[in-house]
Amino acid sequence: MNHATRAAKFVGDADRTTWHDETLWFVRAKRDKAVYAVPEFQDLRELASQIKDHTLSKLDTYLEQFEEQAKRNGVHIHWAADAAEHNAIILDIIRQHNATRVVKSKSMLTEECHLNPHLLSNGIEVVDTDLGERIIQLRDEAPSHLVLPAIHLKKEDVGETFFKHLGTAKGEVDPQVLTEAARQHLRARFLAAEVAISGVNFAVAETGGVVVCTNEGNADLGVNLAHVHIAAMGIEKLIPRLSDLAVFTRLLARSATGQPVTTYTSHYTKPAAGKEMHIVIVDNGRTKQLGRPDFRASLKCIRCGACMNTCPVYRRSGGHSYDFTVPGPIGAILSPNIDMKKHSSLPFASTLCGSCSDVCPVKIDIHTQLYKWRQVLGEANEIPASKKWSMKLMGRLLTSPKAFGVGGKLARHGIKYLPYSLTHARHFNVWAVARELPTPPKQSFREWYQQQANTPA
Amino acid sequence: MKVALFVPCYVDQFYPQVGIASLQLLEKLGVKAEFPAAQTCCGQPLANSGCEKDALPIYRHYVDTFSDYDYVVAPSGSCVYHVRKHFDKLEQTPAVQQVRTSAYDLIDFITTVLGVTEIPGTFPHRVGLHLSCHGQRGLHQANESEITPVRDGQLRRLLGSLNGIELTELDRNDECCGFGGTFCVSEAAISARMGQDRVADHERNGTTVLTGGDMSCLMHLEGIVRRRQLPMRVLHAAEILNGTLS
Repeated sequence: MNHATRAAKFVGDADRTTWHDETLWFVRAKRDKAVYAVPEFQDLRELASQIKDHTLSKLDTYLEQFEEQAKRNGVHIHWAADAAEHNAIILDIIRQHNATRVVKSKSMLTEECHLNPHLLSNGIEVVDTDLGERIIQLRDEAPSHLVLPAIHLKKEDVGETFFKHLGTAKGEVDPQVLTEAARQHLRARFLAAEVAISGVNFAVAETGGVVVCTNEGNADLGVNLAHVHIAAMGIEKLIPRLSDLAVFTRLLARSATGQPVTTYTSHYTKPAAGKEMHIVIVDNGRTKQLGRPDFRASLKCIRCGACMNTCPVYRRSGGHSYDFTVPGPIGAILSPNIDMKKHSSLPFASTLCGSCSDVCPVKIDIHTQLYKWRQVLGEANEIPASKKWSMKLMGRLLTSPKAFGVGGKLARHGIKYLPYSLTHARHFNVWAVARELPTPPKQSFREWYQQQANTPA
Repeated sequence: MKVALFVPCYVDQFYPQVGIASLQLLEKLGVKAEFPAAQTCCGQPLANSGCEKDALPIYRHYVDTFSDYDYVVAPSGSCVYHVRKHFDKLEQTPAVQQVRTSAYDLIDFITTVLGVTEIPGTFPHRVGLHLSCHGQRGLHQANESEITPVRDGQLRRLLGSLNGIELTELDRNDECCGFGGTFCVSEAAISARMGQDRVADHERNGTTVLTGGDMSCLMHLEGIVRRRQLPMRVLHAAEILNGTLS
């Protein structure tokens, strides 16, 4: 199934689409207000972009520096080439401690590696502690947004889920009541957890420490209560110095939700006395993307989700229509790197309007990369054959002015003289499902121009 | 100054009045533009579909047709953006470079090259401006809401100089209409929904004449306006600025 098919299903529910679109537009508008209020915001974007470019150009050096510093801080460092290695390393650490109860704060990387199913199938209880993540975990769904993983759900949906899994009253939709139920449910898991897994927003090469940004404080609660902390990070999370961090924390929350800063920005540098800290550094296709000059800049992403909130296609098609861990415009340039065949329709799920590039806090040229992926996919024959052949035919037509004139005339006359039921048949002409065709004029511009030239002044 | 008019393929066939208005408007502003008969298309539909290689002969044909001109003006920011940005795939001969730098959107040409800030004329209607993405963000013809709250732009200024005109303020100033070239067919459901939302914004805010600088977006929006039988006229800005309509 391609993006268009899944998207058509989502947009088929017109009211839910309106609600989804307006909810995300509200976040975009909040972001705008927060951004307009910082006069140097565009300079910050430029600075962040340059820091990331620089870091990626010397990634090997910074990774080694980070490892060395972290080890000096008493942190165990693990390297994972792919998802399977990442999952095996984490399961191994958990088993070494004879642990079975794990809490996990938000981490798109562990989603990308499908860590939860791996741990569950090995007898480990893993509980997502971010509220949105917990809701979708109970429903056995994937996140539909980077920052707002359950944004596709209404409070009625959450009420139904909690009724089923947490024992709240049937039909309960009061956010206060539902949140309290989740809080009590999660508190018990926090207290029982032996291992806490977290993601990483930023890893500082200079200090060997990692930074986790949350609005719920759930990462801190997990890490500080459990005996073992495992932080999972992609190799692209690095920044060189601690002093660079401020640039990113100012950009991240404003771009994501319009907040001046996330509620909790927690630094984890070394384990507390008697405890253990592990960092798993993961590649999983990232060096491959680093080796694609046209798409390298996609690794600058700080996962703020601003491109999703602004994307007019994402807002109307929902995150699940992308069928990839990272949905939206950024997901559409990251996913073909992982699996070109499976995700071949994603770079086409865009009008190339460019709004994603303009909101991106690290200035990733997202829409330019979407265009470039289309060419890569076209060359690799990963676009529908019908499209390929019609474009070849069009190429012939458009290199010959004569053929173009005749073809245009045929089209105009076709619309004019064929019955409406045929020109607007939805099975042959998807344009006409929701739109009228243009009214064909008597003559084309070139015919008019020729006539003018032939008419004596 | 040797100026050519490039009339995009679909404008040539379905909206000749936009080509005529562009030609006449330029003439009123003192520029006599030629229409080289050999022209066809800029090749964008193919390239946006992932068939850039198949588009290269079209690019070459375009360069052969237009390389002798100082300026090539088109009533479409999207085609101009394509020529400027994506003709980098050709070997950069002097002719190719000439064609890339001489390509101008009509409104951009009037504003930047001719330095025109006001158009004499009267248009007593509530006009809603659809900002087309490629002109706005690609060619920087208008401010982007992602960057600044100031809603300024070349077309807004030119239209604002007409007597009696009233520009509507939209809830979402510069959201994409959903046309997107072949996107309108390959993602027909989302494309239609985006267009419907765009038209609804204009409807809500009192637009009676919907205009813009790019006929492709307007063709898509017009298709929705007519399907819904709304009392809203859809016109290319050249038609309004040329004074052919009132």
